[in-house]
Formats: sequence, structure tokens, C-alpha cells
Amino acid sequence: MFSILRTLWAVFLHAFRKRVTVLYPEVKPHIPPRWRGRIILSRDPDGEERCVACYLCAVACPVDCISLQAAEDEYGRRYPEFFRINFSRCIFCGFCEEACPTYAIQLTTDFEMGEYVRQNLVYEKEHLLISGEGKYPGYNFYRAAGLSIKGKGKGEALNEEPPVDVKDLMP
Amino acid sequence: MTNGIIWKLIIVVGVLVVTLTIAGGLIWVERRLLALWQDRYGPNRVGPFGLLQVLADMVKVMTKEDWLPPFADKAVFIIAPAIIVLTVLAAFAVIPFAPGVEVVELNISLLFFLAMSSLGVYSVAFAGWASDSKYSLLGGLRAAAQMLSYEVFMGLSLMGVVMMAGSFNLVKIVETQREMWYCIPQCIGFVVFLIAGVAETRRLPFDLPEAESELVAGFHSEYSGMKFGMFFVGEYLGITLVSALTVTLFFGGWLGPVLPPLVWFTIKTFIMIAFFVLLRASLPRPRYDQLMAYGWKVLLPFSLLNIVVTGGILLAAAN
Repeated sequence: MFSILRTLWAVFLHAFRKRVTVLYPEVKPHIPPRWRGRIILSRDPDGEERCVACYLCAVACPVDCISLQAAEDEYGRRYPEFFRINFSRCIFCGFCEEACPTYAIQLTTDFEMGEYVRQNLVYEKEHLLISGEGKYPGYNFYRAAGLSIKGKGKGEALNEEPPVDVKDLMP
Repeated sequence: MTNGIIWKLIIVVGVLVVTLTIAGGLIWVERRLLALWQDRYGPNRVGPFGLLQVLADMVKVMTKEDWLPPFADKAVFIIAPAIIVLTVLAAFAVIPFAPGVEVVELNISLLFFLAMSSLGVYSVAFAGWASDSKYSLLGGLRAAAQMLSYEVFMGLSLMGVVMMAGSFNLVKIVETQREMWYCIPQCIGFVVFLIAGVAETRRLPFDLPEAESELVAGFHSEYSGMKFGMFFVGEYLGITLVSALTVTLFFGGWLGPVLPPLVWFTIKTFIMIAFFVLLRASLPRPRYDQLMAYGWKVLLPFSLLNIVVTGGILLAAAN
């Protein structure tokens, strides 16, 4: 009998406690910066697409939600002809971001992607591509790689020695 | 004469509308209060403070498929949910909400209430039987046993009040509480009545007839749509009725300073309803045999003792 009354009193006291519910659309929860949310494609500091269409993200994806087609421009720079992520399949594991050699594909803190039509969850390149550099500013793959490309010859990349003439005997 | 009839009609319609509205609103009140005591918010999206949730629930329950099981005893199956609402509403006829605001003033109004709440057993017993399913039958059996046995203590616990007031008339009982509310001299009767009242309305912790974890939904397992809704309305009406009656018998009914009588009655009744919800929020359900043993071995002796002691003191005071 006493324990019943004590229980009643203890539960009644909860009326004056702070409520634990977060009223979500009005009160936004704190999202840590490394949150794995909506996937974007970033650009390098020159404003070009970072993606070199190496297919590593598509290979790493455990649910096969990424599909793309590689293409090359007249200077030999690779880019995706189309880049499509089916977010109704995506499990936001972040493997694509880990696989990416050029920091092109990144996961952001945005998670509010609700749609009424399932087809709207299929994002094309124009939906994925952002105008900025995302989480890794200042990195430009073609400036670091040894490949000669428009405006940058052999040996002009960062931390790169000038090319050696292997047929020359001079030191 | 016609004025009297019109006044009565207004009261009848008023009581009907108000009690049914309260029964509907209690769905929202209960969910919000439960949430308060569990550190949540409860329904707060539909309309201001989530008040229109009631309306949304009603639209939902009305538009649901009203399925009649092919194996059910159709006539009884349909009549069962109506009985509970009818009996509870009939019992509201004798509750004095304020001086002059009651449907009928019977000089046996307390007996009328006991009779009506006993008739409520038919509803759950019929529902359990007519559904022709194991769980419903078990629920119906439990409901019948529980309500019949707690009916006994409910009646006996009120006899102390009746002896002190010298009447079965609820208006007289309220009037005799001007000096002191009966919850103080009749504290044993009050506690027994409260427990029996919870058992009569089949509310938690005495919700064994519908114990979800054991019996699916007990006697209304097979019900859907508005028939299920009727059981719910009946249950909430029952809470309101028992709260109103507790207030009338033990907390001085409409008596109180400053505020008008009707307001006092409403406030007290609401506090009682909130207490019912608090019981639901905090107490676990007893086992079936515990329920029965508790009733017959604890409550019955206590209520008998209460009668004997009250009678003895009254006799000694009279001499």
C-alpha cells in the first residue's frame, strides 16, 4: 500500500520535470559536422568539377545506388557525363566519400530530403553539384597529379620535379 | 408547467451534449496528461495544443471499416457496445451537477446509479460472448467476474455515507456535507469506493478484461470502427461518471466558496479524472487471482468494518 502511494507521488512529480521530447521542425537538433547526410559533388578552387569519373565510389557503394558515365574533354581531363545517385537506395554509409581520390563526393549535414514521389529521390548531376569546395578547401586534383593537362605541363605540379630525360647521361 | 418541461429538456440535452463532449475530450486530456507524467508532449500538432486531435480521431474511427465477424452472434454483437453507453448515460441522469441542475431528483438516486453500473456488466459479457473468439471470451469472463465482485464492495462502501446522510438521495447527501466532506469521516469507504470505481470502469490498473499484453484487446478484440469507438466512449463516460459520483459523495459535490456551484463541481470532477489518469500512468496491472483475492479478502472485510463502526458511532451519538 505504501509503495503504491509512493509510486503515485513519484510519477506525479514528473509533471514538473523538463520534457525530453525535442519538438523537431521548430527546434533543430545539433548535427555534428561529420554527419553523413545528403551527398554532394564539389568543385575545385578553379570552379571546375573535381570528379574524375574513376568509378571508385560506384564500386565502393554497398547498395549500388551510384551510377555514372566517364567522359574526356579535348585536353584529356576526365569528367562524368552523367552522375546519378538514387537516394531511395542510399544508406548513407559514407564509403563513397572514403573511396573518392579527389575529394569530389562528400556527405553533408543535411538530412531533410523527404519527398512525396519516389522518383524525386533520384538526383542527377545538376542536383548534386555544388558551386563550392565543400569540406576540403584548396585541393585541386589536377594541380597535384603528374598528368599534363590544359595550362599545366609535365613537371609543373605541386611537389613535382621537372621531368628527367632518361636517354641523357648527364647527372 | 411548460416552463418546467422546457427547463428539464434543456438540462437533458445539456447533460447529454456536455458528457459526450467530455468523453471525447478525455481522449486528448488523457494522452496529454500521460505524456506530462512521462516527460513527453503528447498530441500537440493538430490545432491549438492538439485539441483538434479529438476531431481527427473521430473522423478516423467513423470512416473505418465496420467489420462484422461472420462467426459472431450478430444481434448481440451489435447491441453490446450500445448497452454500455446507454447505462452510463442513464446513470448521469441522477448526478446533481449544481442545485436544480439535474435531470431527475430521485430519492433513491444512489441505488439507481448502482443498478445502472451493474447493468454495464452485460455489455462486456455480451461482447465477449458474441464475438465467439477465445480472447474475447476470456476478456468477457474476466470482466463479468471482476465487475460482479467489485460491485459488492462498491455498494457496501457507500453504506457508510448513506448512514451518515440518512438518505439515498444524492442532493441530500451533498447538502449534509456543508460542515465536513465525507472523505474525512468515511476515509475507508472513500478508498474502497475509489478502488471499486476503478475496477468498475475497467481502467488501469484493473484493466484485466482488455489486458493488451495477454488478451489482444480482451472483450473488444473483434470490434472495429464505430462499435469499438462506442466501447471507448463508454469507458471515458464511465470515468467521468465515477469521478462525478466520487465528488458528489465524498468531496461535497457543488459546495465551495466564491465560485458558482457548477464551476466547483467541474473543477473537482476534473481533478478526480486526472487522478484516474495518474493511476494509469503509475501502477502495473495485478494478476487475475491477485485481483480477486484482493477484492474478497481485503476490500470486503474493510467495507464491512466500515459499516459496523460507522453504524456503532451513529447509534452511540443518537443515544
